[in-house]
Amino acid sequence: MRGFLLNRLSQSLILLLIVSIIGFVVLNLLPGGPLAQFGLDPGMTQDDLDRLKEQLGLNRPLWMQYLDWIWRLLQGDWGHSFRDNAPVLSVIGRHLFATLLLMGTSTAIAIAIGTWIGIRGATHRYSLFDHLATVGAMVALSIPTFWFGLVGIYIFSLKLGWVPAGNMYTIGDGSVLNYLHHLILPSIVLSLVHVAIWSRYMRTSTLDAISQDFVKTARAKGLTERRVIMKHVVGNALLPMITLAGVQLPSILTGALVTETVFTWPGMGRLFLDSLGYSDYPVVMGLLMFSAILVILGNLIADIAVAIVDPRIRLG
Amino acid sequence: MTALVANAGQGRWWRSRTVRRFTSHHLALLGLAMITLLTLACVFGPYLLPYDSLYIDLRARFSPPLTGHHYLGTDPLGRDLAARLLMAGRISLAVAFFAMLLSTLIGTLVGVVAGYRGGWIGAALMRTVDGFLSFPSIFLLLALAVALKPSPAMVTVIIAVTSWMEVARIVEAEVRSLREREFVLAGRMLGLSGAHIMFREILPNAMGPIIVAATLTVAHAILLEAYISFLGYGIQPPLASWGNMLEGAQQYLASAPWLAIIPGAAITIAVTSFNFIGDGLRDALDVRDDRV
Repeated sequence: MRGFLLNRLSQSLILLLIVSIIGFVVLNLLPGGPLAQFGLDPGMTQDDLDRLKEQLGLNRPLWMQYLDWIWRLLQGDWGHSFRDNAPVLSVIGRHLFATLLLMGTSTAIAIAIGTWIGIRGATHRYSLFDHLATVGAMVALSIPTFWFGLVGIYIFSLKLGWVPAGNMYTIGDGSVLNYLHHLILPSIVLSLVHVAIWSRYMRTSTLDAISQDFVKTARAKGLTERRVIMKHVVGNALLPMITLAGVQLPSILTGALVTETVFTWPGMGRLFLDSLGYSDYPVVMGLLMFSAILVILGNLIADIAVAIVDPRIRLG
Repeated sequence: MTALVANAGQGRWWRSRTVRRFTSHHLALLGLAMITLLTLACVFGPYLLPYDSLYIDLRARFSPPLTGHHYLGTDPLGRDLAARLLMAGRISLAVAFFAMLLSTLIGTLVGVVAGYRGGWIGAALMRTVDGFLSFPSIFLLLALAVALKPSPAMVTVIIAVTSWMEVARIVEAEVRSLREREFVLAGRMLGLSGAHIMFREILPNAMGPIIVAATLTVAHAILLEAYISFLGYGIQPPLASWGNMLEGAQQYLASAPWLAIIPGAAITIAVTSFNFIGDGLRDALDVRDDRV
């Protein structure tokens, strides 16, 4: 387990290094580069900008600037948001909960429904249900999330009036019920694609598990089919799903950001767009790096979780 | 195995079998028919419609579908939605198609080199792939769209730059499994250059997975273009794309829902078609794939 952990950790560190290089390239591509936030200030003359460049060391070689940038990131100095007039990390922190809440709820929905569809599809292979689930999944994967959100708002908020059309809560009403009411539509919209993905993988994984020898043994013992599936198949079929949850993280995060923009959900996606609109590039860069780190961390945790549950991984 | 036999044969037998498998896949045929119709409509349709996509008629603002000759209604400036939808389709489909070509090119190049060379070059390339995959694609896409002024060509490049990784992974795995096969060893013993072996010997045998991945990449690219244009960072008006037609739609959702429903339906139909075709090709070309 120790060797596995060290190996996996060093992989994540290398990945962080590569991600930081990509991030640095994007930072320098942004209009005005690292000085973008000052360039927009009408009180700044070209002379001022040149002096700043000198002071901040931006006329040094790129690799020195990169090391400097990384060093500051590591120390927690992610720059300053001039729109919120606060450190970037604390701005991101304020929006983190909303995004995690949305992602968590949708993932729970996707896992619950997707697992059920996947198992049923595998145990009733080539049935009408299975065919419908296959086609349904492909169509679900083709619907743009933001458009599905708009249609959802049109039907369930504007026409039927069942749920609010946006925001996370009604101002002045901080009750849990109010939050839940606002959470229903966006989390269902976000979960559609992931129900599709999850159900397809679960189907494959269940089919793999069903063909294993221990399932034949269980059947030979005379267990009912239901008990065989519930006790012997599902557990083993769910194992690879832990890795999938990690692998799907960037896609769920992307989906959450898209959903947030349609539902004016006050999370990181909304923050990213608003910051882009205000050319608040320190926050844009901060979110870019923060989300990548979140994804790498998520994958690491998923891999460690699999290794804990499944000894074949950590020993193999 | 099929791929190998195919290369050896090059005959009609292989072609007919692949074609037969594809044509027995009903959804793939449906997808092919839908995308052909849609493409033809986008190419020739605008000449057949009574209105120009840029003709502004303020008296006819917000006409619902089937008002007079406005078959799909009009937008907030009174422009004919059908004409705009078809002109937008040209842009959206072209951007997606060229983004697919470019990203497949990048992905194949990276995948073949990484898979064949292996060692530290392969490791470095594949970790770069992982690095790109660690970013939520939309963040990277939007940051690049702000950094580089979005003309249709630039939008194409940006989409390609953020979606080549899947192809690279597939090709790398395929090439790695082909690297030690007899025909490659034979090529090496004949003294063929690395580039010749990679691109003339191995690559043709890895075409199946590449074609499937490329088809699915078109679907993905349509979605990405739609999304960044919807947010105003993609294709810029007055040039219409399916995405930027949706840009103002949300504020008119209550009074003019067709503005949101129609372009979105076009996107969904196009993307579904490519996903169906990709699924059919996967069956026809015998590609194992863990993806959905």
